[in-house]
Amino acid sequence: MSLIASLRTPRGLITALLLLVLAVLPLLTQAFDQRYLLSIGTRIVIWAIAAISLNMILGYGGMVSFGHAVFFGIGGYAVGILSHHGVASGFVQWPVAIVAATLWAALVGALSLRTRGLYFIMITLAFAQLVFYVGGGLEAYGADDGLNISRSRFPGLIDMRDKASFYWLCFALLCGTLWFCSRFANARFGLVIRGAKSNELRMMALGFPVFRYRLAAFTLSGAFGGLAGILLANEGAYISPAMMSWVKSGDLIVIVVLGGMGTLFGPLYGTIAFFVLEESLKPLLDLLRKGWGEYWQIVFGPMLVLIALYARGGIDSLFGRRHG
Amino acid sequence: MDYLLLQVLNGVQLGLLMFLLAAGLTLTFGIMDLVNLAHGSLYMMGAYIAWMLIGWTDSFVLGALLALPATFLLGVVVEAIVMRRLYVRDHLEQVLATFGLILFFNELVRVIWGPAGKSIAVPAFLNRTVEILPGVPYPAYRFAIIVVGALVAILLAWLVARTRIGMLIRAGASNRRMIGALGVNIELLFTLVFGLGAVFAGLAGLMAAPITSVKIGMGDDILILAFVIIVIGGIGSIKGAFVAAMVVGQIDIVGRAFLPDFLKTFLSASAASSAAPAISQVLIYIVMAGVLVWRPTGLFGQRT
Amino acid sequence: MAEPMLAASGLIKRFGGLIATDNVSIDVRPGEIHALIGPNGAGKTTLVSQLTGNMQPDTGTIHFAGRDITHLPMHARVRLGLARSFQITSVLREFTALDNVALAVQAHAGHSFRFLADVRRDESLRGPARRGLEEVGLAARADTPAANLSHGEQRQLEIAMALAGDPRMLLLDEPMAGMGVEESQRMIGFLQGLKDRRGMLLIEHDMDAVFQLADRITVLVYGRAIASGTPAEIRANAEVRQAYLGEGDA
Repeated sequence: MSLIASLRTPRGLITALLLLVLAVLPLLTQAFDQRYLLSIGTRIVIWAIAAISLNMILGYGGMVSFGHAVFFGIGGYAVGILSHHGVASGFVQWPVAIVAATLWAALVGALSLRTRGLYFIMITLAFAQLVFYVGGGLEAYGADDGLNISRSRFPGLIDMRDKASFYWLCFALLCGTLWFCSRFANARFGLVIRGAKSNELRMMALGFPVFRYRLAAFTLSGAFGGLAGILLANEGAYISPAMMSWVKSGDLIVIVVLGGMGTLFGPLYGTIAFFVLEESLKPLLDLLRKGWGEYWQIVFGPMLVLIALYARGGIDSLFGRRHG
Repeated sequence: MDYLLLQVLNGVQLGLLMFLLAAGLTLTFGIMDLVNLAHGSLYMMGAYIAWMLIGWTDSFVLGALLALPATFLLGVVVEAIVMRRLYVRDHLEQVLATFGLILFFNELVRVIWGPAGKSIAVPAFLNRTVEILPGVPYPAYRFAIIVVGALVAILLAWLVARTRIGMLIRAGASNRRMIGALGVNIELLFTLVFGLGAVFAGLAGLMAAPITSVKIGMGDDILILAFVIIVIGGIGSIKGAFVAAMVVGQIDIVGRAFLPDFLKTFLSASAASSAAPAISQVLIYIVMAGVLVWRPTGLFGQRT
Repeated sequence: MAEPMLAASGLIKRFGGLIATDNVSIDVRPGEIHALIGPNGAGKTTLVSQLTGNMQPDTGTIHFAGRDITHLPMHARVRLGLARSFQITSVLREFTALDNVALAVQAHAGHSFRFLADVRRDESLRGPARRGLEEVGLAARADTPAANLSHGEQRQLEIAMALAGDPRMLLLDEPMAGMGVEESQRMIGFLQGLKDRRGMLLIEHDMDAVFQLADRITVLVYGRAIASGTPAEIRANAEVRQAYLGEGDA
């Protein structure tokens, strides 16, 4: 379907409006003097990149990785550690971080993709925990407390300290990630991954070495996850093991399922819904009774149960059936 | 030598606690094909309920004994409201829903009992040492944990070897038709098994409470360890869970007890003490990865 | 007589105490349909699984086109031209019929590490896939999701997928299972038309179909090949009549 034609469907229209709002968000937050919203927007965009990268394996490939937040950590720590040692240039930091995330993903994938089902879920979780504990054990980099870092420098190109510029950089990278995902999902590679989710044995009997393609997808997904980690570290100018705790990995799964697995924009919808829920449940509960806002997860938890039970298609499916 | 023996015993004690948790997980997975992340919440609830009841009754034993049926009841309610609907769903949906339950329970505890941690005192009659070997004292409370844990392990071994439920477990029967064919009331069986798992989790939580402390999220990290244990042991295998729990218990304790001194030989004291727990945790995950590379369905797991 | 294209010799496969494949040797020549029959539980599917690479035999060797493939994984055997269809219909249910066949074509079109070009505009995949669907008579259903096809149509789709790489050898595991009489007859005609170009190992319960199609028949009982020969020889074989034909077909 062409881009113009897709604008005529409700899904296309909503998505276009959403992207438009995201594109001009810094202008809006400035106009309404809501700086705080820009920081939430930045985090939404970064988390969306991570969610899209998880969707590549979880949504399209059916690989339930329960350790995806580890790539936040690896991307973030690569930047943070280099910056701590005076390597401030983003031209060095970013490639190192992406390569580190990619290599780790390749290693974890090579070991864990031999397993199936619950074993796979747990081994991905365990490898993430491994890195989490290593992070917490690095006395030189703040151990459990984490480390304040200075942001990556791209002299002459962009000032990462400027909130709006940084936001636009993240947004541009989100668009790039979305573009790649839209191509990948319908390219030969993506079809192998999706086919293997649908019927692994069939794909092998057709002559596809499924393991190899899954490993490649897992590795690719890790690379994009690492990118999100780089951005997250720069957003807060801070790294800590908490950014790769298993709860964060759980949050990413929630986001992907909430938005709609195996759909292009699902992870973006999911991220927005997740953050909006978090930010709005608090004041809503506070309205009911002062102080209740702090307990928003007591509402959010059961919502997840309901989503798991009754909303398999996620937000994306609310916009009608998909074509193609 | 004595120090080593004490640490090994500590490892056994930790291993048994984790076995109690892992046993429930492996039961629910083996029979109901359910991935229950919220199992750690039952561990936490067991500890909190015990804390409350011990406060009311002013007796550790009475409070602990009352806490067991209470966690059973809690388990049955959770099963009836949520879990029952999840058995036929795929693992991803189970992960999502039970992840939601973790958030719910953590927050529920904060609402009911507040954010501050609680502590349960070691009961007076166990607040002493026993001589496990002539001249080697060991805290009586930890020794009691070992005894209770061993008793439960024996009970479970009997359950698996001698009863109908055990037969289902040994058959790896996550299959309604097969269970139905045995003339068992499936709904009731599932509820009871889940309740039993909840009791074990609650028991582990309340026994651990005097040693650690009662706090929000206390079940989350140990839950992951419990999952590591059932994965190493082979999902659905009680024997595997026991063996793996013992191994993990030893690695953890040995790491905490001996690594700092070892690391101090080439690291600063503070770096060594912060790195040691991390390294022992990392060791556990490396063992797990090694086992799965060697045997993708765990030590005693069934073929896929 | 032509050299066998597929030759398995001395295959043994045990499951615990049970011998599922008991020293079976079987071969298929080019242009030949070799049927494998036997009562339920005779170990036909276990045997086919070893030939396709889904299972490893405990002992014995498998040669295909002059190469030892005993230890090759499934996907590598398919690449050499040893294709299969499944006993229980195995198609990619979420994909359209055309996508299913196009994926089968893609499997034989070099590696699939291509991340950007849209497969649905790739005529090098779509063209052969469309022709494949036409060949089995499914052209009109090209854009229907496989899940929405009738059972018979899914069986046809299976064959189209197996044929996609123009394999030299087909292992057909009960291609007529669950088909009506009319559909079966059409499938028999279709398979007859294929056999000039390639060898086939056919597992089938429908005895009419087997005796119509097969050049040779091997009878498997309790994992052992008790007889092998032309349809006329098999019909006349007393042991076979007693062990097998007598039961269901008399």
